[in-house]
Amino acid sequence: MEVTLNHYLLIGAVMFVSGVVCMATKRNGIAVLMGVELVLNGANINFVAFARYTNLGLDGQIVSLFVIVLAAAEAAVALAIALNFYNNHQTIDVDQGDRLKG
Amino acid sequence: MDIKACLLITAWLLPLVGFAVEVFGGYWSHHAPGGRFKSRLAAYLSVGCIGGGFLLSLAALLIGLSDFDLTLWGTPEHGSDHAAAQFAVADAPHPAEHAVAHASHGGTEVQYVSGSLYELARFGKLRIAIDYYIDSLTLVMFTMVTLIATCIHVFAIGYMDDERTEDHVDHQVQTADGSHLHRPGRYYRFFAYLSLFCFSMLGLVLAGNIFMVFIFWELVGICSYLLIGFYVERHSASTAANKAFIVNRVGDFGFVIGLMILITSFGTFNFRSYNDHADAPQPPGLFEMARDDHGKVHVVETNDTQRVITFARANGSHTSIPYWLLVTAGLGIFAGCVGKSAQFPLQTWLPDAMEGPTPVSALVHSATMVAAGVYLAGRFFPVFLPEVLLTIAYTGAITLFVAATIAVVATDIKRVLAYSTISQLGYMMLAIGLGGWIAGLFHLITHAFFKSLMFLAAGSVIVGCHHEQEMTRMGGLRKKMPVTAYTMLVGVIAICGLAIPLHWIIPGLPGGWDIAFSGYHSKDAIVATALTYASLNPIHSLLFLAPLITAGLTAFYMFRLWFYTFAGKPRDQKLYDHCHESPRVMTTPLLILAFFAIFCAIGGEGGPLFNLLGASETQVTDVAGSGIDLPTHADIAQYHGQAGVLALLVAGLGALLAYLMYCRRQPDPALIKRQFAATHEFLVEKWRFDELYDAMFVRPVHVIASWFARFDLRVLDGIVHRIARTGITVSAWDRKFDEGVVDRSIDWVAEKTQEVARSLQAVQTGRLRQYVMFIALGVVTLFVLIFTLFPLFPKT
Repeated sequence: MEVTLNHYLLIGAVMFVSGVVCMATKRNGIAVLMGVELVLNGANINFVAFARYTNLGLDGQIVSLFVIVLAAAEAAVALAIALNFYNNHQTIDVDQGDRLKG
Repeated sequence: MDIKACLLITAWLLPLVGFAVEVFGGYWSHHAPGGRFKSRLAAYLSVGCIGGGFLLSLAALLIGLSDFDLTLWGTPEHGSDHAAAQFAVADAPHPAEHAVAHASHGGTEVQYVSGSLYELARFGKLRIAIDYYIDSLTLVMFTMVTLIATCIHVFAIGYMDDERTEDHVDHQVQTADGSHLHRPGRYYRFFAYLSLFCFSMLGLVLAGNIFMVFIFWELVGICSYLLIGFYVERHSASTAANKAFIVNRVGDFGFVIGLMILITSFGTFNFRSYNDHADAPQPPGLFEMARDDHGKVHVVETNDTQRVITFARANGSHTSIPYWLLVTAGLGIFAGCVGKSAQFPLQTWLPDAMEGPTPVSALVHSATMVAAGVYLAGRFFPVFLPEVLLTIAYTGAITLFVAATIAVVATDIKRVLAYSTISQLGYMMLAIGLGGWIAGLFHLITHAFFKSLMFLAAGSVIVGCHHEQEMTRMGGLRKKMPVTAYTMLVGVIAICGLAIPLHWIIPGLPGGWDIAFSGYHSKDAIVATALTYASLNPIHSLLFLAPLITAGLTAFYMFRLWFYTFAGKPRDQKLYDHCHESPRVMTTPLLILAFFAIFCAIGGEGGPLFNLLGASETQVTDVAGSGIDLPTHADIAQYHGQAGVLALLVAGLGALLAYLMYCRRQPDPALIKRQFAATHEFLVEKWRFDELYDAMFVRPVHVIASWFARFDLRVLDGIVHRIARTGITVSAWDRKFDEGVVDRSIDWVAEKTQEVARSLQAVQTGRLRQYVMFIALGVVTLFVLIFTLFPLFPKT
């Protein structure tokens, strides 16, 4: 069976949905971050797949590289937030961080 | 610059310096040592300034004597000059050439120094400048004004002494709670005003053009206003000050008309062309343009209108102006003189001006204010045409008679003197109007001395009697205040013109050797002029009778004053007991002025004063066809003896009658008063001039004013009120609209916004997972919406 664009898109969609579900269901801050990573990488697969299977050139690859860099930066910031959060609340349960609710 | 000009300008500016220093620094003068009394520094400064001015004027007079090459003694041959001027009337077919020929022909020149100090402004042809014009009249006036002013200043040091305190009590003013008014003394202010007054008068005398005269004319007016209203809290004083100022406005109206005619028809304000430091030939002045060198006015007939030729000698050209216009200009200028010199019909302000302090009255009545009018009439003599001169003469005649009759019944010592001043000013105006130029100004000078003397003596009496001015309460004061009484007697004899005419007793002696005071000579000159005039023009013989009869009246009321005040028995014993002679600072000026009242006219018409004034006389001959013959000096000399006899006789009779009535009571004045009750009352009410003006001008103005007030109240105020009320109604509506519509809509928007915000508050749960769900659902919803609304792959 030949691997087509749709397969990749399917994998990307599965990863994306898994990430979103992970973010929506996990109370652990680190798990939420992992969900974010899944979402980003699902999007990356889409970019790379479109770059490979259409005549859009290298744009997809470059955007995905940007996304990887962005994800690294995001992880650094988010982990720092998580540490601070832990310092203040003695937990990383994101449901506890509702001080600014309306 | 001419040395005389330098001296006189310095003398003129000195009082201004005094004024400036006192106005800006006078307030601090009471910090000088002297406890609770203010120091006399201000007075000394003023006296120093005016005294310095006198010394400079005297120096200028002496220099002028040699510069102008004047003969002081003896009678110069005036007649020959006039004879030379009697030439044919300029009604020839070519009058212009005729006139110019005569104009270029050198006649007797008036010696003068004129120049420009500073140009104030130039509007096209109109040039306004500070000029000076110095002839012997200026020199004499300067010396007279500064000398009298110095005496008055010194007198005022004593007279105003009670102002030298922080708590002056004015006994004539009642405050609301019934007590007398207390106010700080105004010592320095008084002297500042006096200095300004002198400065103004000297500026007027020095002026080299008619516009500068006008400026200082008004300054003199404002100074008299300030000084008459010096006791401003007294209602009578402030009213009198207003009256003096407003009545003068009437005259000044005419003055301004005269000025406008002069500038439009002559194009210059200057008296004569500049000759001090003038290299190029200067344009001629008014006097040179109005008459030729022989004092002849040239009249030509063109198209049924008479025109007067005006000469512009620089290039020999000439133009002409309508005759009536020049008459109007003369009458306008004279109207100003009428106001300032209190002539009929504007004489009413002067007696009221007695409300000022007595030194001010003395200054106003002798050297400054009223002298200004006569001085200007004399100065402008060359421009006056025969019609104007006749008006002047009749105005003077009416004035001198009316004022003398009022003085006969007045009982306030200062008021008698005030009316005698008006009467004497009438004499001067009469003389000028009759062509007796020297006689008029001669009388101005002599009168200034004896009138200031009498006013200061009256002031001394008033101070001695603790501010009592009613003669009916005085009497016998000569024993208490001998110096005042006998200096006053000198003044009285001088004004009456009593004398011992030696030339009647010793034939061949010139008239100048008579034993006489100054007033005799000057009044004699006027009466002689009047007699000559009346004999030349019999139709105007009233102009001789009025001064003659009034000479008797003058003697009567002046001796009445003296007998009332100083002779007989005291009428009010209490007043008499408290009366005292004034301090030496007040009697010394009296003695000095008495000296001049006796000797200033020494020699009479062959004496120095007469000859000095004569040097400034402009040659004036009659205008043909006017029907009036002006007397020449030769004519007057013929009638002089006759006039002198008559005048002396009448004056003697007047004095004798006064003696009989007020010393002998035979006939009894009270009886006469009863018999002529109606006449007496008429005179006491000053010929009812005030009532007449009240009915003619004041009341109509009040009526019209009340109409306007009613119009204002009813109509204008009504309109304004209605507009205001409409405005209020409209604003009320506007407020309702504002609150009901604009405010409510804005409030509604705000409320709704807040409600929406409240309802949206619930969404902010603070749960991260929920937010993620929202995002995811939102994205899905967005995609669904986009794909349904804008299909990316249209169905084909």
